Amino acid sequence: MTNHWVDLKNSDCILIMGSNAASNHPISMRWVMKAKENGGKLISVDPRFTPTSAKADVYAPLRSGTDIAFLGGMIKYILDNNKYFKEYVVEYTDAPFIVGEKYDFSDGLFAGYNKEKRAYDKAFWAVKKDDKGVPERDPSLQNPRCVFQLLKKHYERYTPEKVSEITGTPVPDLLKVYETYAATGEKGKAGTIMYAMGWTQHTVGVQNIRAMSIIQLLLGNIGVAGGGVNALRGESNVQGSTDAALLFHIIPGYLPAPNESLPTLAEYNKKLTPKSADPRSANWWQNRPKYVASLLKAYFGDAATPDNEFGYTWLPKLDAGQNCSWLNLFDAMYNGKIKGFFAWGQNPACSSANANKVRAGLAKLDWLVNVNIFENETGSFWKAPGMDPKKIKTEVFMLPCAASVEKEGSITNSGRLAQWRYKAANAPGKAKPDGDIMYELMNKIRELYKKDKGKFPEPILNLKWDYADDKGHFDAHKVAKQVNGYFLKDITLKDPTGKDLNFKKGDLVPSFAFLQADGSTSCGNWIYCNSYTNAGNMMARRKKDDPTGLGLYPQWAWCWPVNRRILYNRASVDLNGQPWNPQKAVIKWVDGKWVGDVPDGPWPPMADKEKGRYPFIMKPEGFGASFGPGLNDGPFPEHYEPLECPVPKNAMSAQFINPTIKIFAGDMDKHLTCDPRYPFVATTYRVTEHWQTGLMTRWQPWLVEAQPQNFVEMSEELAKMRGIKNGEKVKVSSARGEVVAVAIVTTRFRPFKLGEVTVHQVGLPWCFGWIAPKDGGESSNLLTPNVGDPNTMIPESKAFMVNVIKA
Amino acid sequence: MSEGYSILMDTSKCTACRGCQIACKEWNQLPGVPTKNVGSYENPQDLSAATWKILRFSEGKKPEGQPFWYFFSEQCRHCMNPGCMAESEKDEIVQDEKTGAVLFTPKTKDLKYEATRKGCPFDIPRKDEKTGVLMKCTMCFDRITNNMEPACVKTCPTDALEFGPREKILDTAKKRVAELKKTYPKAAALNADDVRVIYLVTDDPKTYWKFAAGK
Repeated sequence: MTNHWVDLKNSDCILIMGSNAASNHPISMRWVMKAKENGGKLISVDPRFTPTSAKADVYAPLRSGTDIAFLGGMIKYILDNNKYFKEYVVEYTDAPFIVGEKYDFSDGLFAGYNKEKRAYDKAFWAVKKDDKGVPERDPSLQNPRCVFQLLKKHYERYTPEKVSEITGTPVPDLLKVYETYAATGEKGKAGTIMYAMGWTQHTVGVQNIRAMSIIQLLLGNIGVAGGGVNALRGESNVQGSTDAALLFHIIPGYLPAPNESLPTLAEYNKKLTPKSADPRSANWWQNRPKYVASLLKAYFGDAATPDNEFGYTWLPKLDAGQNCSWLNLFDAMYNGKIKGFFAWGQNPACSSANANKVRAGLAKLDWLVNVNIFENETGSFWKAPGMDPKKIKTEVFMLPCAASVEKEGSITNSGRLAQWRYKAANAPGKAKPDGDIMYELMNKIRELYKKDKGKFPEPILNLKWDYADDKGHFDAHKVAKQVNGYFLKDITLKDPTGKDLNFKKGDLVPSFAFLQADGSTSCGNWIYCNSYTNAGNMMARRKKDDPTGLGLYPQWAWCWPVNRRILYNRASVDLNGQPWNPQKAVIKWVDGKWVGDVPDGPWPPMADKEKGRYPFIMKPEGFGASFGPGLNDGPFPEHYEPLECPVPKNAMSAQFINPTIKIFAGDMDKHLTCDPRYPFVATTYRVTEHWQTGLMTRWQPWLVEAQPQNFVEMSEELAKMRGIKNGEKVKVSSARGEVVAVAIVTTRFRPFKLGEVTVHQVGLPWCFGWIAPKDGGESSNLLTPNVGDPNTMIPESKAFMVNVIKA
Repeated sequence: MSEGYSILMDTSKCTACRGCQIACKEWNQLPGVPTKNVGSYENPQDLSAATWKILRFSEGKKPEGQPFWYFFSEQCRHCMNPGCMAESEKDEIVQDEKTGAVLFTPKTKDLKYEATRKGCPFDIPRKDEKTGVLMKCTMCFDRITNNMEPACVKTCPTDALEFGPREKILDTAKKRVAELKKTYPKAAALNADDVRVIYLVTDDPKTYWKFAAGK
């Protein structure tokens, strides 16, 4: 989230799309309902009329996988009707940038496409720069090659009629959504988006979110209270785990993962540190070398020296171009290339797209360690329906671990708020906190390396590994302090006003502004620097003061970065530092200083031509980007059909599907589009009562009582066509698998009219599995396809094709 | 009798998370019972000795064609003049002086079940088949007499459930109805003069639940 949960109450218009927040993020509705009470509007766009839709002022259905068409139509509406916030667009976004001559777009393809490689040469999308290397800008927005004009041209095709033909949304419903949301382009108004997996789990997932980001920039909704682009994270600490580099392409703090083409730290820094020739751009990532050096000092301690590049060579390197995302890992496992697997706090046998392939992959392992609080379908895959335990050689170990309330530590929520939790109870039996399991495991590995002298021992033996308390247990405070970072020698630095500040060796670093590239500081994750300082554990704070009245609660826990509650808040003010909306001022320039939230950097407002800085400080040039030349599938979002879809062609262009997706072609990688055997669009979702795969909730009698069995929701029209009665068991099948589910025949799903064609859609939750409860049914991920977004490789679980018949 | 307490259930704010239904079971340590999905989110299918609160789901199409989905967190209304008490001769059913909570005592096992149930305009009382005792919501009597809100109210994320002194709740209900009427002409506070658990609806009460406003 650029903003945070409580801030939703400040919104004039909340669009919930790609999310059913009422069911899956129930507490968020506390703030949504407050916004409504204050006169704000709620819009719900969803294939199915959900509990969220039931609370909405405006509801519009759309066919799964057509969000870009829907949002592209909104971009066109905003531009055609002059609903955009011109001052914001000109001063703070890249709309005036001039795009280079090589950029072009024709019939669904951008310039630079290579058919054999299924990839673009992004050099074709570069923006024009002047002789100093600063992007050329036309503040009049009239230059036909400026981003604004190209944007206008790109979405010219997205007329309401064309959009409706693709999405199945009736034109009046489309226009009602556009009109309601575009009203937030007025100066002082704020609109926000709440989205979740309904947007990300598509072969156009990243571009779905980019399309909305463009809308938010056009309407001036980023940086302001009640605005922003807000991803509702699906687990309590998934934001924290992402920050700590859960994913393969980054190391902690969103630093790029090293690869073999960058063998030295100098090359890493040179290649990956963004530069800007514009003195007015803060280009915050220019500080990257400081964060990398401090991270290496946190990893390797005294062993990391300038002479050995702080141990950079000890870090694992990806092969150049290697993609180690989920779908690729399980493909490798299925193909016998992975021998051992820690399934830690997860249940891929039910959570993964095309779960049959995952289960078959688990059977090819030598060993599997299942770290969890309950038995689950992953650890017990060998006795699943259809498996013959005699034929499976995988050795499975179960390590029982402590539940969240049985250990101390921090949890970072969607709003980037890191909250410290105390331990409420001891774990039962011999179950241990995850930290203890990891700590002991690494100690054992180090012992073995010392004893047996394994290959490449440096990273193992040089690792700084002293995070135990007096009794030898993992100490969350020691880790949290290392994550914050230390001064490693006595040092004098200057504060932003130029005053000398003296730090002693062993002091905790007060903010990432003080981190150094010369090895004199350590920091396990630069964005968490300031979370645990000499003043104490900021994450454990519980003060309820709210000086702005906006619900920022600056002394409740701690928020990254540097306790800034709303990101890009310098865009919430005009060039003189005065808020667009004085009633909801996030920050304000008063008597030569900023008041309110922690501003995005200390610089004065932009009216100060010398010291002022552009507000989008994480972008190299400092501007919010409508034109995204960094993505794999194009600088503007374009509608493509899902890999599996109900229509024989893309009504928008000759390019049927996203031209850059990777299509797996093994014997278990089946997909069928526009196939009469699988005529219905399907999607998956969660329910309030079960959490993720239901691993933790399917053992809980009150929750199972409320939501006992897998179900499939369908329209009355589809049920009639198939002779299905409400409450009957039916079989839902796709090219990859089948599940039995109870039919919920409902008016909340309606057939879509795509021009002359009628298309039906169904939906199923994915929270069940064969272990428990009895007769609860199987995971709906047996149906979903293992094809991913070309940028993230997140699977397309939210739009695929199925058949439904009576069981 | 003092004015006692009331609960306001504002259906316009309810998002069907069913936190109230689960919290009721948790606080009162009522068992989960085996259920089947019968083509609806609603489960269990009815009140019982083990279930004192159910979220009722109701869906359909409005005259103009848009779907609706209504949520109604059903429970004992704690009537001002409880119909169930007509069968009570001694202290099988009592009405607490201070709070106004209507309480079934263990002696309800001596009552005629069918008659007691019929006496309730909202069809709330249920019999524990093992003990013969009649069961229902207690307004979380053990909590409210210890300065705590009822468990269902405490857990509600959107403040669709509100608990407080009766005058205050009646006042809130009145203001809220006036506000809702601007958008929903049928908005009403159901049986506000006669019950302590007052439901705010924005449509015909029977669309929510057949006994929403009484039999």
